[in-house]
Amino acid sequence: MPKRIVVPFGPQHPVLPEPIHLDLVLEDEKVVDVVPSIGYIHRGLEQLVQKREFTEYVYVAERICGICSFMHAVGYCQGIEHIMGLEVPDRARYLRTIWSECSRLHSHLLWLGLFADGMGFENLFMRSWQLRESVLDVLEDTTGGRVIQGTCKVGGVRRDIGQEKLDEMHHTLDPFEEQCRDLGDIFLNDDTVKYRLKGLGVISKDEAYALGATGPTTRGSGVAMDHRETGYAAYGDIGFKPVVETAGDCYARCAVRVKEVYASIDQIRRAIDQIPEGPLDVKVKGTPDGEYFSRVEQPRGEVVHYLRGDGTKHLARARIRTPTLANIPMLVKMLPGVQLADVPVVVLSIDPCISCTER
Amino acid sequence: MAFLKRSPWILHYDASSCNGCDIEVLACLTPLYDVERFGIINTGNPKHADILMITGGINELNRAVVRNLYEQMPEPKVVVAIGACAATGGIFRECYNITGGIDKVIPVDVYVPGCAARPEQIIDGVVTALGILEEKRTKMRGNAQTKEEARHAAGEST
Ligand code: SF4
Repeated sequence: MPKRIVVPFGPQHPVLPEPIHLDLVLEDEKVVDVVPSIGYIHRGLEQLVQKREFTEYVYVAERICGICSFMHAVGYCQGIEHIMGLEVPDRARYLRTIWSECSRLHSHLLWLGLFADGMGFENLFMRSWQLRESVLDVLEDTTGGRVIQGTCKVGGVRRDIGQEKLDEMHHTLDPFEEQCRDLGDIFLNDDTVKYRLKGLGVISKDEAYALGATGPTTRGSGVAMDHRETGYAAYGDIGFKPVVETAGDCYARCAVRVKEVYASIDQIRRAIDQIPEGPLDVKVKGTPDGEYFSRVEQPRGEVVHYLRGDGTKHLARARIRTPTLANIPMLVKMLPGVQLADVPVVVLSIDPCISCTER
Repeated sequence: MAFLKRSPWILHYDASSCNGCDIEVLACLTPLYDVERFGIINTGNPKHADILMITGGINELNRAVVRNLYEQMPEPKVVVAIGACAATGGIFRECYNITGGIDKVIPVDVYVPGCAARPEQIIDGVVTALGILEEKRTKMRGNAQTKEEARHAAGEST
């Protein structure tokens, strides 16, 4: 039997924008075991609810993660609104959907770029990020922030998007979709990409389900689970169908994300078509008393905000279960059997977001 | 920034940030901002780096990592702290696990404000860092020269 050696991977590693540490147990070039350790980004944000008023905590929730920041705000606000029995106006629900989908677009394009970089496909990395800039332009135009938006608040949204801007967005969606399809075409059909990704890090449907994974990671294995189906925000009105692939390998996970980019564009288009006129927020009176599990589908999967208020200005407890935390067990299952040179690609295939994971 | 005398290489590390500033650092490297056209390259190896671009408020576990990375970088080196939370702890200031700013652990030369900092600001920070890097280099060379001269003078007199 070949001798076993342990190779540390991270916390500072060129393919990882964020620190996570894996101990890879190798036999020659083959991975036989993995021991992940996390904690480099743990800040203690859950406890901060006791120091910030419940309306102010939205800013903290946004900074749990800079990539899906808007969706964290939506998750948190929906929780508080449910506890307090606030009815969010329709226009606000639609605006939340539009911004959520823009965030998903920028997150997926970001991931596609990083993934291409992990494969060593530098050109594709640059192209993905170039496309992503046009999404960021829209976000900046409509909210004022590129990555941290700050437009979601308890009871509604803080800003409106004028009809003129909505029309403009609608116009630019077609050429943008064309560019995305060009890009997606490379990810789905290029021989180099296929060669690198097919059959790598396979997880079966049952395994994915049993491990409790979420998001595109599990949809790549054929589990049709997407929280948008429950119709929070305006997803119930504009309709939604999850994107599913069945192969369960890195290629399938990549394909899910590419197709979700197309789906998001479609959702934005429908949301712009149907958006009703009306107020943007309701007045928040009183303090939250009660508890609620608020769930939102983020680019990486389902996030759960558990919130409990005791009738004071500060919440008694917040617990945030983020998608990457649920996906790490799947990663540990994927890696054994993989060559060392493929480890970065497999790690990236779950789209790890460490700031979320550790809060 | 008409031209640069040298091509500084940067090392990027996320020391307990929210990620927002990190993706903006990466955005600087991609087509819209493209700092690579100035010869600025992102490297993963601290021994190759001249500038450390660091975000976040540093938690207990990261302290040792940050100090280690800093010590591995060759002199002269410059540290650019990006974002409000790298400067003071920012929004995470009151968290139990946050040290509260990069300068609590390693010396910082340039602070880039913002939460999240914009790519333009980050590039501005790098340009400022370049000036400081040049200063440090001249000083180092100066020191080496004076030593050399002193040795010469001593050699001649004996
Ligand atoms: S300064 Fe703000 S946006 Fe930047 S990493 Fe810190 S919390 Fe995130």
